[in-house]
Parts: sequence; C-alpha cells; structure tokens
Amino acid sequence: MTWGLQSASVRFGQTPALTDVTFLLEPSTVTVVVGGDGAGKSTCLRALVGLVALSTGEARRPGRRQIGYVPATGGVYPDLTVDENLAFSGGVYGERGATLLDKSSATLERFGLVDAHSRLGGHLSGGMQRKLALGMALLHQPALLVLDEPTTGIDPLSRSEMWRIISRAAAGGAAVIVTTTYVDEAQRASSVLLLEQGRVIAQGSPSSIVGAIGGTLGVAHSATRPAGLSWRWGRAWRVWAPSGPLPDGVEPLQPEFEDAVVIASMADRRGEQLDV
Amino acid sequence: MWAMIVKEYRQLRRDRRTLAMMIVLPVLLLVIFGYAARFNVSTISTVVVGPQAEQVAAQLQAPFHVVEIDPGGDRSVAALRLKDGRAVVAVVTGRSSVLFLMDGTQLFPVETAESALGRMVQRAKASGITPPPLTVQILYNPKLITSWVLVPGLAGLILVFIGTLITSLGVVRERQAGTLEQLAVTPLRPWDVIAGKITPYLLVAAVDLVVIVAVGMILFHVPFIGSVATFALGAALFLLVTLGMGVLVSTVSQNQGQAIQLAFMVMLPQILLSGLIFPISSMAAGVRWISYILPLTYFIDISRGVMLKGAPISALWEPLLLLSVLAVVVLGLAMLRFRRDLAPSTRRSRTSITTHEQLAA
Repeated sequence: MTWGLQSASVRFGQTPALTDVTFLLEPSTVTVVVGGDGAGKSTCLRALVGLVALSTGEARRPGRRQIGYVPATGGVYPDLTVDENLAFSGGVYGERGATLLDKSSATLERFGLVDAHSRLGGHLSGGMQRKLALGMALLHQPALLVLDEPTTGIDPLSRSEMWRIISRAAAGGAAVIVTTTYVDEAQRASSVLLLEQGRVIAQGSPSSIVGAIGGTLGVAHSATRPAGLSWRWGRAWRVWAPSGPLPDGVEPLQPEFEDAVVIASMADRRGEQLDV
Repeated sequence: MWAMIVKEYRQLRRDRRTLAMMIVLPVLLLVIFGYAARFNVSTISTVVVGPQAEQVAAQLQAPFHVVEIDPGGDRSVAALRLKDGRAVVAVVTGRSSVLFLMDGTQLFPVETAESALGRMVQRAKASGITPPPLTVQILYNPKLITSWVLVPGLAGLILVFIGTLITSLGVVRERQAGTLEQLAVTPLRPWDVIAGKITPYLLVAAVDLVVIVAVGMILFHVPFIGSVATFALGAALFLLVTLGMGVLVSTVSQNQGQAIQLAFMVMLPQILLSGLIFPISSMAAGVRWISYILPLTYFIDISRGVMLKGAPISALWEPLLLLSVLAVVVLGLAMLRFRRDLAPSTRRSRTSITTHEQLAA
C-alpha cells in the first residue's frame, strides 16, 4: 500500500504553508524531508497524519491503528516511567497482558533502555527520550512511521543509533518518513523531498538529485568571496556557475549531496528547478 | 533596568489574555460587589396557608413577598414549600394564632424576616391593634449556625476548584508536552481522550467530596438528614459540569498560565454569585441572571436541600434538571472544541482523505 500527499496545499489564514506538495511513500522505504526552518517540513507530516487540514489536495494514509507518529515536541510523558510510557502507548493500540509485556521488553532491549525502565521520562537524557518516543511509536508495528525531527538536538552517536533503528523499521516493511535539518542524514534515505517555503524544489533519490545539478560546481581557496554564486565551505568557497565556465581561479569539483541541496535552493530562487 | 521594563512591557502587550484580565477583572469585581454583594434582603418569598390566609397575606408588608396563598393548606403544606425552596417563610394561619415557619438554611433572609416581623408587631401595637399570638419556628437550622449553611456550599466550591482548574491544567500540560498531538493520531476518539482525562479527576473529586462532608459533619456537626443517593446524583451532575468547564478552559488555553487565569475567571463568579455567601434574592436583577447560569447555584440548592432539609428528589427536580442541561451543554461544547483540536483534518469538505479502510472497501 502506498501513502502520501497528492497536490496538497495548506494555508494558515492567508499564509500558504504548503503549496501543491506531492509525494508517495512505499513500504520498506525511508523518505527524508529536508529544508530550513519554516520550510514546511512539520506541516507536511502533520498534513499527512491529519493534524492539519488540507485546503486542497489529497492525503493518503492508513487507519490510525497503522500509524506511528512522533512529533517534534517529544511524545514522551515526563511524569511516567519508561515502562509506564510503553504500557500506555501499547494500551492505546489495544495491546494487553503478556503480549504488551513481551513487546515492551523487546523494545527496552532493542533501544538500550533496559537499565532505565523505571526512570521517569522527564529524567532521561534528550537522546534517550527520543529513543523512547520512537520505541513507543514502533511498539504496535505501524505500516506508516512518521517522525518529525527525531534526531534534532541529540549527540552524533545517538543519531547514528536512531538511524539504525529507523532503517530496521523500514526493513520490517514500514513506510517511513522523517524530517531533518541535517543534510547528511538525507543520504541514508531511499527518497528525499527538498522543501523551501512550503514548495517542493527537488525530489528523488539522493544520487538522482546530485545528478540533476545543472551548470558547473567548483571550489575556490581564497580569503575573499569569489564572483558569481558562491557559499562558504570550511575555509574555502564553493562556486556554482549555472551556465558557462567557472570564474578564473576556481577548480572544478564533483558535487556531493549537500552541494546539490544548496544549488537546488539557489536555482529555486532564480526561478529554476532541478530536473530530477 | 530600562531594558528589563521594555522587555516586560512588550511581553505583556502580546499576552492579550493577561492584559484583558488585568483590565476586565477589576471592572468585573466592581460590578459584582456593587450590584450583587449585598447582605440586606429586600424581598422574602412567602407562602400563606390556613383559614385566615387571605386576611394575613393582605396585612404582610415588604420585605415579605407573598408568592402563594392556600386557605386549604396546613402546616405540612407550608413545610413542603420551605423544603422544596419555593419560599423562605411559610405562614400557617389558625383561628386564633399565626405560626411563622422559616427556612434556617437562608441565614440573611431569615434574620431580615425576624426583624421585619418584630417591627410589624410593634407598629400594630402602636396603632392600638392587638395582633394575634405569633409563633416563629426556624426549621432545618434553628440556631442559624453559619457553618451548617456554608459547609454544603463550600463542598461545591472545592469541587469547582478541582473540576475546573486541575482538569484544565491536566489537559494543557498534555498539549504543552506535545503528547496531545500524538494522541490525535492514535485510534483513541476525542470522547475516549476526554473520558480518560476526566475519569481520574472525577474519582478524586468524589473522594474529596466524601471527605469534606464527613469533616463538616464531624467538626461542625452539620447534619445530613436526606438521601445519600440524591446527594450523589446532584454531585455527579455537578462534577460533570465542572469537569466539562475544565476541558473547555483547556481548549482555549495554550499554556498553564492561561488556563489558571481563565479558570480563575470562571471560578470567581461562582464564589460571589451562586448564593454561597450573598443571598441571590438580594442581588440586583441585572446581575441575578448570572447566578442562574452557574452550576454552583444549583448544587448549593441540592446540597443544602439534602443535607439540612432532607429534601427528597421530587423537591429537587428543578436544580437537578438544570444541572443536567448544563452538563449536556458544557460537555457538548467541550467535546466540539476538543474534537476540533484533535481532528482538524476531518472538518474541511474540500480535503480528500483516503485511509486504508476506505481503500480496502
């Protein structure tokens, strides 16, 4: 079964929050939504799960029993223990007795929370809270897993572990959609949705987005900003020439995914779109 | 320091609700205290029964306001009128004597009635008329003990506090933690969420009510002469209204501070206008109508009626019915607003939503 949005638009009063967004989520795949602050990432997910009304378009989602959702704000009860959080989450989906206990134990094991099982949710570290929230969302083995910035604010090691768990959920058959502000995380996805001001500016696999970059990319090792379209990259400058040759002194470079994201954004501002 | 003042001013300016409360509340208090907070009673509802009912009723002057004359009635009819709250004073006329029955649960009206009666007798004597022998009998609270009247009402007030404030805080806390948003995506229906949220508070409030009444009975010797079942029914309906108000407050509050402010705005009129402290009959007509939309007004009728008067359910059908109506209205509104919060995508018809179940069908 395929889920997603079809030509979906959302308005908050007079302000468009999403404009004509379309994406499909296949089972056993991970789709990452990338964009800056206010790009519409969370709105996109909230529209998918039904938390915001579409002004036009269509949302395709499974029944609520088949959705696992973790909002950006947390999703863990700070005044319940880890065990109690899991018991509540399972109970909401009709899990009872021995089955619930087995699933809770398995979740504690899988998420490395065994030693913390009796600690209050509010006393866990940020990373552990996010893991618990993910565990709660996965306890009922949903067909659609929707995660809003699950890795924001946690250390690189925990991020890596979170992605291992997300990948396993997808391997288990779930269609997973994740928002992130970390561009490097998008490379783990089978599909990427690049949003800017509520619009899709690029969509496809990470490699296809990189491959769709037009023009020429280069690097300049200079202290001052080179002419043309450029941005800081460590101590050097990345330079993009949409058409024609690179400026003098700029060495050509094979683009990476992060370059593709920046170029897609620049192209969008120039009124162009990547042909993915 | 200037930067601090400017920052605080800007925050206050954007917090419209606090600003409104700072401006509206003093005006509200002024209106309430000016028009409602009066201990002096100008009208006392009175029934007159017995063979001389017509003659005696004709001689009664303000503050007595005769609402019923029943020449065929006797003492039991008069007592019934006090029990069901239709009158504060019931005059039983005989061939040679007059008995004034008074409802001791109405402290200020009874005190006013006693002194008015004394003045009437003095005026009659001064005019050379010998009035018939008058007997005054105060029922339900013969010594006019204040705590007997306050405890049943205070029990209601404490339930308002738990029902409105604590419940609204519980729901708002869920919203602030982001877990309410998550609940909206689970199979739980809005009604499940509301029922699940308020049931524990309902139980705690019920236990609280039992404790308050027991303490009132033990420490202040407040009687409980009526039916526990009738009292429980009234309390259950009243709790449903207050819990519904708590949910309603939570649906318009974004944080716990706003919920506290709004709950306070809801509670204040109940303290001052429900008849708990000031008699409703002495309030200005323009303010009195507010009393009749407050659930505590009806709970006080029920709790005083059951505890002090031993009023049966048949005598309390009116406050019970009105509490039921309030429960339906308040819980219905709370439900509608909560549904809007929990399932916004089902509200717009232009949106097409396809779920797995629909596709399978």
